[in-house]
Amino acid sequence: MNKQLHNDWSAYPDENGRFGQFGGRFVAETLMPNILALEEAYNKYKDDEDFKTEFSGLMTHYVGRPSPLYFAERLTEYYGGAKIYFKREELNHTGAHKINNCLGQILLAKRMGKTRIIAETGAGQHGVATATVCARFGLPCMVYMGAKDVERQSPNVFRMKLLGAEVNPVTSGTQTLKDAMNEALRDWVSNPHDTFYIIGTAAGPHPYPQMVRDFQSVIGKEAKEQILAAEGRLPDAIVACIGGGSNALGLFHPFLNDENVKIYGVEAAGLGLDTDKHAAAMAGGRPGVLHGNRTYLLQDDDGQILDAHSISAGLDYPGVGPELSFLKDTGRATYLSTTDDEALEAFQLCSRLEGILPALEPSHALARIGEIAKDIGKGGVVVLNISGRGDKDIFTIANAIGTDIGG
Amino acid sequence: MPVSRISKAFENAKAENRAALVLYTMAGDPTPEISAKILENIAEGGADIIEIGFPFSDPMADGISIQKAAIRALENKMTLKKTFELVRNFRVKNQNTAIVLMGYLNPIESMGYAKFAQNCADCGVDGVIAVDDPPEEDMELRTGLKANDVALIRLATPTTDEHRLKKVIKDISGFVYYVSVAGVTGTKAIDTDAIKDKVSLVKSAAKLPVAIGFGIRTEEAAHNTAQLADGIVIGAALVDIVFNAYKDGNDCVKIAKDFAMRMKNAAVKN
Ligand SMILES: Cc1ncc(COP(=O)(O)O)c(C=O)c1O
Repeated sequence: MNKQLHNDWSAYPDENGRFGQFGGRFVAETLMPNILALEEAYNKYKDDEDFKTEFSGLMTHYVGRPSPLYFAERLTEYYGGAKIYFKREELNHTGAHKINNCLGQILLAKRMGKTRIIAETGAGQHGVATATVCARFGLPCMVYMGAKDVERQSPNVFRMKLLGAEVNPVTSGTQTLKDAMNEALRDWVSNPHDTFYIIGTAAGPHPYPQMVRDFQSVIGKEAKEQILAAEGRLPDAIVACIGGGSNALGLFHPFLNDENVKIYGVEAAGLGLDTDKHAAAMAGGRPGVLHGNRTYLLQDDDGQILDAHSISAGLDYPGVGPELSFLKDTGRATYLSTTDDEALEAFQLCSRLEGILPALEPSHALARIGEIAKDIGKGGVVVLNISGRGDKDIFTIANAIGTDIGG
Repeated sequence: MPVSRISKAFENAKAENRAALVLYTMAGDPTPEISAKILENIAEGGADIIEIGFPFSDPMADGISIQKAAIRALENKMTLKKTFELVRNFRVKNQNTAIVLMGYLNPIESMGYAKFAQNCADCGVDGVIAVDDPPEEDMELRTGLKANDVALIRLATPTTDEHRLKKVIKDISGFVYYVSVAGVTGTKAIDTDAIKDKVSLVKSAAKLPVAIGFGIRTEEAAHNTAQLADGIVIGAALVDIVFNAYKDGNDCVKIAKDFAMRMKNAAVKN
């Protein structure tokens, strides 16, 4: 019965922004008119020819799309299982998938007549992508970033500043992504008329989870065409890391109705799921309401949000996007997890075998690819999203593996 | 009779030719023991309605004062459950002052809507404000509270237009909380001239008392706001005064009581 109900995965969210029980619009009254106006604008422009032409033109000439689908031959050989393909989002302008979404949102902001952009960022990739599109379209940009992340992602902080953005270190709470999001929401409540909030992941109040997913779906659409061209068939499995879910849903969504394609999301297990230092909201959390939507959250018995931990700033968030929670409860997606140490190992393996420095975020997905490829076996095909490049992480990695970066 | 305790608060104030005084304090701040005394004393000092904040780790609509109060409360191990105990103990001595719980949805959802509403009724809570639970989403909370005769109170804000206002005031009881500024708590100062028209709009639409809050820090602001509304809400200013006194080793309970007395006097109608 459930199966029948969920047959058409593209039908979600419903008109209330719900993916089953997840999603919704849990925001303060001051922001309700804003998110309703945003929803209206998004629905108006998403099928607008002018909008689509401008978006796809920029995707081609500014971002550099389509990103390649690359056969990772040596990694495939190393594991001896299914053929492993990388969707190379790290080759995009600014070095991650985040720019896809930022371009879509800033085109919308322009059409809505907004004159100021705000964003939250964890790893700084979304901040950099937002600062980039703001420079490109001549809008002032304020990026909220946890003070702890400002420290561990300093190259990206500098990049944002070079692009003309103002970076506002957030010292409240845990000083990471969730606090940056709190602060961005506070800014938006205080400046509801002129400001457009570019959320960087498939979370937040409706319509963000849908809108971000749609803008990122270019990843899965391309991957589907590319794998059909390369292999003449759909993959057996697709794999992505999970922070809030934008790179994952970007890859997953165009494949949801292909029921034979297995879907794997990889959460950050930090120091281990058996410790309290991880960021695996679906493995270790339960449903609740945060940042405008109902979803799986790390929380205590009183409903207080727990601190997440991951070596990867982009995954260091105690929740996930609501659609991922829905895919969990319906069984459409399978979620795995990767510890800090495993991610570091996978990072090094990929660097040495493929000559690609992946970001720490997709390194979490890479750490599980061996098992998935072996499980599917020879003759099978898997596609993994390399959501970003690792240049931003070299200091963190040097620190973690105890290497002096100069030596 | 919880809803009527709120109505009574407004009636009494009206009879005394003043706006009702609504004071906000965070449960468990600066300590759980002092927090209990503050409730008693601000009631004695003149608060007609006390809004008790129950802490949440991620107070997205609050400015720095109340954010910090929430962090202190959580460090003091305050929870929603213990907030109910605080109210239960308060009610042993005080049957008249209306109590409204104010906070974010997740602790409520975590407790369960039915259980939460039942606890409100059992402990003597008269109304509830869930900041991040707009009319579009609050069916579960609304149903639970209604079954227990506890008032659902919603916020109307400067961005709430006439059309939305209808939705906001539907199904509520007790009073309408008009947020005077587009912003978080405790930052921008109230501009009474700017909100006059909006407040009269809310008043005529709601047929309920209207209390105005956000940005009232001084007696002058309290007095000016009192001319527009049936009630005035003061939060961050009290939170700050209490905590600063506590930090400096002064008698913060007495200071809170004096504050309530002063604000009550300031809230007289011309
Ligand atoms: C390269 C990269 N991948 C993944 C993520 C996680 O975000 P999401 O789950 O939205 O893709 C980030 C976030 O900063 C990132 O920079």
